[in-house]
Amino acid sequence: MPINKKIKKILLLGSGALKIGEAGEFDYSGSQALKALREEGIKTVLINPNIATVQTSEGVADKIYFLPVTPYFVEKVIQKEQPDGILLSFGGQTALNCGVKLYQSGVLEKYNVKVLGTPVQSIIDTEDRELFVKKLDQIDVKTIKSHAVENIEDALKAANELGYPIIIRAAYALGGLGSGFCNTPEELQKMAEKALSYSNQLLVEKSLKGWKEIEYEVVRDAYDNCITVCNMENFDPLGIHTGESIVVAPSQTLTNSEYHKLRELAVRIIRHIGIIGECNVQYAFDPESEDYRVIEVNARLSRSSALASKATGYPLAFVAAKLALGYGLFELKNSVTKTTSAFFEPALDYIVCKIPRWDLGKFHGVSKEIGSSMKSVGEVMAIGRTFEEAIQKGLRMISQGMHGFVANKTLETDDLDKALSSPTDKRIFMIEQAFNKGYSIEDIHQLTKIDRWFLQKLHYIYNCSVQLEKYNTIKEIPPDLLKKAKQMGFSDFQIAKLVEKKSADLEETSKKVRKYRKELGIVPVVKQIDTLAAEYPAQTNYLYLTYNGNSNDVKYLGDHRSVIVLGSGAYRIGSSVEFDWCSVNALQAIRKAGWRSVMINYNPETVSTDYDMCDRLYFDELTFERVMDIIELENPHGVILSVGGQIPNNLATRLDTESVNILGTSATSIDNAENRHKFSAMLDRLQIDQPRWKELSSLDDIHNFVNEVGYPVLVRPSYVLSGAAMNVCSNDQELENFLQLAANVSKKYPVVVSEFIQQAKEIEIDAVAKNGEIVMYAISEHIEFAGVHSGDATIQFPPQKLYVESVRRIKKIARQIAQELNISGPFNIQFLAKDNDIKVIECNLRASRSFPFVSKILKINFIELAANIMLGIEVEAPNKNEFDLDYVGIKASQFSFSRLQKADPVLGVDMVSTGEVGCIGDGTYEAVLKSMLSVGYTIPEKNILFSTGPTKTKTELLESARMLYEKGYNLFSTAGTHKFFAENGIPSTLVYWPSDNKNPSALEMIREKKLDMVINIPKNYTQGELKNGYQIRRAAIDFNVPLITNARLASIFIHAFCTMTQDEIKIKSWDEYK
Amino acid sequence: MQKERPMKLVLDDGTVFYGKSFGYEGAASGEVVFNTAMVGYPESLTDPSYSGQILAVTFPLIGNYGVPESSITNSLSAFYESEKIQVRGLIISDYSFEYSHWNADRSLGEWLNENKITGIYGIDTRELTKTLREKGSMLGKIVFENENEIEQYDPNLENQVAMVSCKEIIRYGSGSKKVVMVDCGVKHNILRCLLKRDVELIRVPWDYDFNTLEYDGLFISNGPGNPEHCEITVNNIKKAMDGNKPIFGICMGNQLLSKAGGAKTYKLKYGHRSHNQPVQMVNTNRCFITSQNHGFAVDNNTLGKEWEPLFINMNDGTNEGIRHKTKPYFSAQFHPEASSGPTDTEFLFDDFIQLMNK
Repeated sequence: MPINKKIKKILLLGSGALKIGEAGEFDYSGSQALKALREEGIKTVLINPNIATVQTSEGVADKIYFLPVTPYFVEKVIQKEQPDGILLSFGGQTALNCGVKLYQSGVLEKYNVKVLGTPVQSIIDTEDRELFVKKLDQIDVKTIKSHAVENIEDALKAANELGYPIIIRAAYALGGLGSGFCNTPEELQKMAEKALSYSNQLLVEKSLKGWKEIEYEVVRDAYDNCITVCNMENFDPLGIHTGESIVVAPSQTLTNSEYHKLRELAVRIIRHIGIIGECNVQYAFDPESEDYRVIEVNARLSRSSALASKATGYPLAFVAAKLALGYGLFELKNSVTKTTSAFFEPALDYIVCKIPRWDLGKFHGVSKEIGSSMKSVGEVMAIGRTFEEAIQKGLRMISQGMHGFVANKTLETDDLDKALSSPTDKRIFMIEQAFNKGYSIEDIHQLTKIDRWFLQKLHYIYNCSVQLEKYNTIKEIPPDLLKKAKQMGFSDFQIAKLVEKKSADLEETSKKVRKYRKELGIVPVVKQIDTLAAEYPAQTNYLYLTYNGNSNDVKYLGDHRSVIVLGSGAYRIGSSVEFDWCSVNALQAIRKAGWRSVMINYNPETVSTDYDMCDRLYFDELTFERVMDIIELENPHGVILSVGGQIPNNLATRLDTESVNILGTSATSIDNAENRHKFSAMLDRLQIDQPRWKELSSLDDIHNFVNEVGYPVLVRPSYVLSGAAMNVCSNDQELENFLQLAANVSKKYPVVVSEFIQQAKEIEIDAVAKNGEIVMYAISEHIEFAGVHSGDATIQFPPQKLYVESVRRIKKIARQIAQELNISGPFNIQFLAKDNDIKVIECNLRASRSFPFVSKILKINFIELAANIMLGIEVEAPNKNEFDLDYVGIKASQFSFSRLQKADPVLGVDMVSTGEVGCIGDGTYEAVLKSMLSVGYTIPEKNILFSTGPTKTKTELLESARMLYEKGYNLFSTAGTHKFFAENGIPSTLVYWPSDNKNPSALEMIREKKLDMVINIPKNYTQGELKNGYQIRRAAIDFNVPLITNARLASIFIHAFCTMTQDEIKIKSWDEYK
Repeated sequence: MQKERPMKLVLDDGTVFYGKSFGYEGAASGEVVFNTAMVGYPESLTDPSYSGQILAVTFPLIGNYGVPESSITNSLSAFYESEKIQVRGLIISDYSFEYSHWNADRSLGEWLNENKITGIYGIDTRELTKTLREKGSMLGKIVFENENEIEQYDPNLENQVAMVSCKEIIRYGSGSKKVVMVDCGVKHNILRCLLKRDVELIRVPWDYDFNTLEYDGLFISNGPGNPEHCEITVNNIKKAMDGNKPIFGICMGNQLLSKAGGAKTYKLKYGHRSHNQPVQMVNTNRCFITSQNHGFAVDNNTLGKEWEPLFINMNDGTNEGIRHKTKPYFSAQFHPEASSGPTDTEFLFDDFIQLMNK
């Protein structure tokens, strides 16, 4: 074996918290790489503060550091661990940028750490646009003509030469950050200003809007052997970031000569750049000739490579790690067949369709248009044997209330042409509306530039829906048509809705469809993804269901020895990698207990959808219909639906009705906790306190209730046109403003109004129970007061400032609830505590977001415990208590506001963070510092701007301000704060609000980068205040100045960095905290 | 949209697959083989090596980009691999009735219809492939109602090469080197690959005794079926090997050159037909992804003392090419001319030209 035997210890850099542009895919690639290294007996060291990931679990790496992936901390770890080699390409752009800096500053050389895989120079050659173009010029490969400029004047000049429209990008930016199209010099001016705040180099390019976008995933070994594992075609033409586009694999509209022309170029490029491992080549491709341009090359594992791995079954990250060690592709085996070579190119006999998942509705003020910079927070991958089948599955998988391409609720639009030509997150549904209005394929093509082939296929779906609509009862549907509809990916629900238009209960009607088609023998078959299109037998069970086939690839034993785990679906705000960790751990427990583990999930960014994580992986929908299809085939012992977040939880009652064996807590109990009325009644019965609330169906009733409980109140309408789904209102004006967003308040659409308790602590308990008895629990405490969504809050565990009395009461309440609901498995309860007054605000009979965090801090695997209980295995209550720990864990949230143009970066009752980290310290401040630095904050150097909001928060921040002043910081403050600080003897410089139009202006200072941190506490929801505050907050985000909008968080962060310096932070691995 | 007339595929072992007709509405029979390529149906269908066979394509979505025009100038097709469709039938899963491509001239169905070639869609091609993988390539029929609609056809009983080879000498180009090409069913991209390398080509029928011609290099083309039928060609090659002029063979050419060198060939269970066959150059770390289409292989163990394997298939260890230890003779079982398929091994044509320049 020619691998480098001197390499005994390798450092791998992770990607940190999930953020827009860098999500779960890097947990998958890092986990694969670590597995590949472990197989070789190499010691592995991982730096990744993302505690919810699978890669930061016990047994994946030898040493795990929950530290920021920044040059400073990585150097410290290198110093301590003395690794022989480092891998930079498995942790996204974060790891890559960090690695390049370490290389350039000579750190790697100093400690004699060898960069394994692709050499750093190759990375630099692909990242620096000018070098990149030069490099490709050398081999006659065409790139997009690009002018690198460093100021706005040059940008305007370059744009004039190229001719508008142009596109600009910031060099060295994550997934298109700070890039966009400009049609006029004015637009360019604006965009360039912002982009220059991210990077000092700006690229101005001719726009090739309307060209196809094609990608190739290419692999090369140290012997210069190359393969392209997969190619992909964007459904949306160039102009929409590939992360924002619907993507199919393999390409569908390329001829042989086009496909292989681009393939040959990809191989030529990877050789010339000198990649060892994997890279991704993106092309713009002329729809009218074979002309092309290379858009970019990513010299690392990427979102696309994770997708390609799942799309083909070829484990790119695993192979790339082996190649980095010096293996040749010819020395590795195909992981699926286990007999054939890893040097091959997968042949697909299906089509996959990736669809992004956006959560733009969660943000105030964000623009819904999608373009050259990424906004989506997750994605799904659908597999089918027709495009129609795959796309309809995919549109259901994004689970935003759509049932497929057709039979959805009609989305409002006043200008359909514009909705087609200026893409938003909803464009594909506008295509269906256009068909409905009689637009031809050609019309739509002209407006969207989407290739006619895709539109033709969508048109077939539309036509089929029109045919279905001709019938009025299920039994009337001709079998041929029903079969055709199923082959085009129609769900039973869609068919029910199209046919029985007046059905009052579509779920029941869907069941009628199911029954009818089963009588007709119209059932899906199970097919295997085997990398070789059935040429060789597969040894793995990577499966999907399709109606385009007539026999199953796998045999069903019917021995009831399998256990199905339902996964979490697409990453979205509120549900991400933490549920992947939960799913993976449940699968492992099932295997360990001697059952066959079966996974259902469709998120290509996850480890749980890795086919060697379980005995059978169904990469398919988590709808009632599909889950039932699989259950009927598998005949499992039971189903676990408490580890995948809310999607599986929501299926409980319906599966129970079908007599499915739900392992753990019963469906009735789940319903009793989920149903607000039932749960509330139960709490009353148990004499457990809860905030007063009412479901109200008229404005008068709302006002009456508010009069009773007083402002502020928490308002949750059933249906909201735009913006957040719930809000806190402090006065009549706010209440009315907010209710205007709700479509209407009526019996059908009631509003839930709850009393909102201010200055209350929020406390959570994560626990596992068996037959109603708590076996293990973890109580944690939010840093922020209640009012910040628990997913956005900073959480400390174990709690440091709770009264013993509160803890005792919380335990008691948890015990009562566990008993009453007879819980067996994981659950989570959220409490409000004011003084020792404890109120219950929410209870979920499933694993919560914080399960991996508390499991890893406490070093007790809550999911393993819960799974064993659900499997009926005897468990012992672990003899360990959180209050014995000699260290503190802090979970901090990662926000992605910089990607969400115009969104107001404030925190509220609806969740807006995209990810999180969890760090450990010997004390709270150390843990706070580590975690805040991990989510992108820096310790300010000199200048800090304060706008401290209402009196309460002003007072709260006074101590912090004094500390800063005493530490020698320059404080700047807006009028109210300035006055308050002065009255309390803290000198600060007055700066003006945007609306004052006076100097020194807060906005100017931010733009000129004169501030190192902005603390802006929103005061109230009046228009003027919102506007002023908003502009400052937004500017801080746009110009990349650290911003804190919560007084409690600001306070603890300031205390932390005033009490300890970065140098005092201890570099300790997870296992050193005992 | 065409009417969807039901049709079925009946394999020799009695297995039946139900689908619908597209293309020519008539029954078809032949040897059913599968190809796992994801692009390139116009190239595959016109590849003479498929003569006598019914092609099942494992990639389900077919017809997406239509078919380019069939223009032939000076005995060279602009976009196809021969003058006509060579398969006897086409089996797919999902047919694109509409197509989208700037270079398309008509739909796949229309093209099949014009050429009187049967097409059947709606077939579980994955299941069919697994059947062929387990039981080996089989004879089969595509019929509407019953199997009597058409006679069974076994291409192995006939000399397919004789059927697809040119009937008289065709000359191409005016390059500096003169190459005699033995046409066993040559793909036009081989012609193109040679012609762009400054070559004058003399394309001769498979059984033509080219030893009477003057040339700088001898090329033996790909072709359909069992190499046993080409004893004449083998004998002609043997005669040519008395000289020292470079010889290059592709696919059937590899098998015939091997036979001329004394080796034996055998039928593979289900052949290699795909764009992703990995081959390794013997005694090197160099590997290539190749396009392949063959049902017979050279037995490595029967190579004469003078010969050695040049390439080996990395999946199943079968022979992928041979070379003479001392003389400028070599051949590849795969298709360096690609079309359809990856272009990694086109350098073999350069090697051939270089040998002639020595």
